[in-house]
Amino acid sequence: MHSRTSDRADVRAPLRASASDGLKIVVVGGFGVGKTTMVQSVSEIRPLSTEETMTQAGVGIDDASFVQSKTTTTVAFDFGRISLDEQMVLYLFGAPGQERFWFLWDRLFAGTLGAVVLVDTNRLADSWYAIDRLEYHGTPFIVARNNFTEPQHTLEEVRDALDLPSDIPVIDCDARDRDSSKAVLVALARHLYSLSTSSAARETTA
Amino acid sequence: MIRGPLDSEDPDRLYTVTGGRSRADESVFDMVTLIVSESEPSLGMQSEHVKILRMCRRPMAVVEISSYLGMPVSVVKILLCDLLDTGKITARHPHAARPDNGGLPEPETLKKVLVALQNL
Repeated sequence: MHSRTSDRADVRAPLRASASDGLKIVVVGGFGVGKTTMVQSVSEIRPLSTEETMTQAGVGIDDASFVQSKTTTTVAFDFGRISLDEQMVLYLFGAPGQERFWFLWDRLFAGTLGAVVLVDTNRLADSWYAIDRLEYHGTPFIVARNNFTEPQHTLEEVRDALDLPSDIPVIDCDARDRDSSKAVLVALARHLYSLSTSSAARETTA
Repeated sequence: MIRGPLDSEDPDRLYTVTGGRSRADESVFDMVTLIVSESEPSLGMQSEHVKILRMCRRPMAVVEISSYLGMPVSVVKILLCDLLDTGKITARHPHAARPDNGGLPEPETLKKVLVALQNL
């Protein structure tokens, strides 16, 4: 780059010219559970933040009582980026897990490969609504317990508390650690691959 | 994490940059659609359009443009519609996205994703 640096984007890591296929993974979880930390651990760029707005025209009929009090709602979210190969670029979105952000998820989840539900065992209830929405959308997910401190429960207890079927992976992680966060993404990708091969098998036998 | 200037954004300015339109044809762009400039900014062009054309000399996702411009994703999509309509940009849409029917991408695609993540 030459010396004119008025374009802020110029000084940030640009994608390869061949990049052509954006992929999405969503990291969802309650406030303070470590979503941004996880995105930061694995992202090749410093995590960015932006906003999505919802105006009444785009609302639909899901939650009229909420909308009446406010005609425009804005939700901020963070994201990071990993270049996977010459063409594929994976975008990781950190999305707040609270119920009032449902419209952001509906947009993020469209076309999303899958999701990581990041949980804190002291506040498991924070993730119930997120899991419910993921199941509703048919978005595949795994659950990762972020261990800032020594865990008080076994992973099986977490699975039982969240009422998860046995085929959904539940794993431990440390969102601050790059390798650990990478392992979470690998676990999700492996889960997605195994789902795709079993559904492909079902289609051929059907 | 970078906080954009959005919190203090003047709604009047967002109204002006979009020419008063509040809706883009959202189906045209995904948040991770990659935008590439096909021409240099020209004289008299709206400043947001100029910025986008400069940013997208290399591919850049819609959501990154939104972050760098400090404007909501939905507003950026409206700006991009203008540029796409006039051939100033091209859009590289996601191939590997989960189809709307709730299925999964091809196993080969997911295998590539898995291997790439393992090799990070």
